Amino acid sequence: MSTEVSGREVVEAEAKPAAPAPQRPQDASPPRRPAPPRRRRGRRLGPGRPIPFAWGIGPLLLLAIWSVGSAAGWIDERNLSAPWDVVSTAVELIEDGRLQDHLWASTERALSGLAFGVAAGLVLALVAGLSRLGEGVIDGPVQIKRSIPSLALIPLLILWFGIGESMKVITITLGVLVPVYIHTHNGLRGIDSRYVELAETLRLSRWGFLRHVVLPGALPGFLLGLRFAVTSAWLSLVVVEQVNATSGIGYMMELARTYGQTDVILVGLVVYGLLGLLSDGLVRLAQRKALSWRRTLAD
Amino acid sequence: MATHSGGLTTAPAPAVRITSLVREFAGRRVLDELDLSIAPDEFVALIGRSGSGKSTLLRVLGGIDHEVTGYEELTAPENVSVVFQDARLLPWKRVLDNVALGLPGSDAEARARTALAEVGLAGRENAWPVELSGGEQQRVALARSLVRDPELLLADEPFGALDALTRLRMHTLLKQLCARHRPAVLLVTHDVDEAIALADRVVVLDHGRIAADLRVDVPAPRSPGTARYAALRDELLTLLGLDPTAGTVPEPADPGASQPTDTTPKNAKGSDL
Repeated sequence: MSTEVSGREVVEAEAKPAAPAPQRPQDASPPRRPAPPRRRRGRRLGPGRPIPFAWGIGPLLLLAIWSVGSAAGWIDERNLSAPWDVVSTAVELIEDGRLQDHLWASTERALSGLAFGVAAGLVLALVAGLSRLGEGVIDGPVQIKRSIPSLALIPLLILWFGIGESMKVITITLGVLVPVYIHTHNGLRGIDSRYVELAETLRLSRWGFLRHVVLPGALPGFLLGLRFAVTSAWLSLVVVEQVNATSGIGYMMELARTYGQTDVILVGLVVYGLLGLLSDGLVRLAQRKALSWRRTLAD
Repeated sequence: MATHSGGLTTAPAPAVRITSLVREFAGRRVLDELDLSIAPDEFVALIGRSGSGKSTLLRVLGGIDHEVTGYEELTAPENVSVVFQDARLLPWKRVLDNVALGLPGSDAEARARTALAEVGLAGRENAWPVELSGGEQQRVALARSLVRDPELLLADEPFGALDALTRLRMHTLLKQLCARHRPAVLLVTHDVDEAIALADRVVVLDHGRIAADLRVDVPAPRSPGTARYAALRDELLTLLGLDPTAGTVPEPADPGASQPTDTTPKNAKGSDL
């Protein structure tokens, strides 16, 4: 704005603060009064104001392309079922109870693996964090384990534990243990030694020290580890269920593959996605509740 | 801590008795055959230049120095409380729980409430430590120390990080609290005026030994205007190696600036965690 100025004095200059600058050489009539201060209109370089529900734009666009493609017949049914077919298949699967059965089998596996892994990771981290000997014994092996993907251990685990439930739960446990251990241990090591001194002057017992100083101090690290652990549990679940299972979402999808039912496969994918989102949301909620004493940028 | 024997209750036995205390850090002598005794309910201020061993002595008495090099006698009461320079509140515990931390008995919470009211923080029981100002945090730390009814209160520059006005308020509060609870007190400070204002006795530490031990005989309202106050102040400043006659009276080493250079072995030993 304010690039065109006629020879006459602009009347609406008062309304528009960004009036012409007086230094223009071709300005015929000299300004009768000093021009109002020019407001600099800076160029905005940041991304600008947030758009409400902006996160939904991408997914909705994908869904739209998928729907239009299916309706117009551009997408082959054998490669990708139409969205409405996926929905009706999901409804069918829920109505005859198959989806719930598989979901329950999967959840049970994931939860028991998660429970064992979290417990083991936590205990190992505490032992390694509270005693030098414990650290010497435990830390090395866990770090070595960390560099071997749990999924690469599956052949060995199958030889040792067969293809039954225990192999599946152990695979998940091993995947969960590592992030819980690493982050809890890190949190423990990060506890300020001044608090240790404080606990000594207050004559806290070993248990009191653990309960009031060590565990709360390591909690932020533990919860971060838990978030990674939950993701890892679902990841391991997908793989073990497709190895050799007779139940679970992965099995349902594997079976659907042999019959070329892309709609069932898609239902499985959606369920996996929802499970991941839901569990991460739960851990984050727990994080916010448990760490309300913190005032950090992130929270 | 080595011998935290409960003092025998014969006659007015001193609360603290130390003879020939030696503490070395990697061969360097920080406390050198030091002798000191403190009577019950006596308020002793410990001053000295940075590196003179003040904090080291306090840590030995507080039982947080686990590697004392040697001593002939080291007697301190069973019940010792420490106030650190930082309030050192556990950030994950609310104010009341910080005060009650480690307190035995079912009335722990009630006693903690009373202690908080005593330092003027009634009503802030459920605040998080981060929500308090520096002065308020240090008052919580005082409440945490006094709720334990210590026979010996150790304070390591407790007001060093506070602004001048807050520090004066804290002096008054500490005086009141000590008059009521009557613990023996050892206050480490850089501030000569703080020492004169609060203490019955000022001990000057130099190179790990007691260089001077002066009774504060300034009459009751210890105002800096009186001649006795000025004389004592000059004497202490001279002992600290400052020349009180050189122009304007020099400030006794800005406490904020010189703290980090103290020889406290804060990071000398690694965390046990």
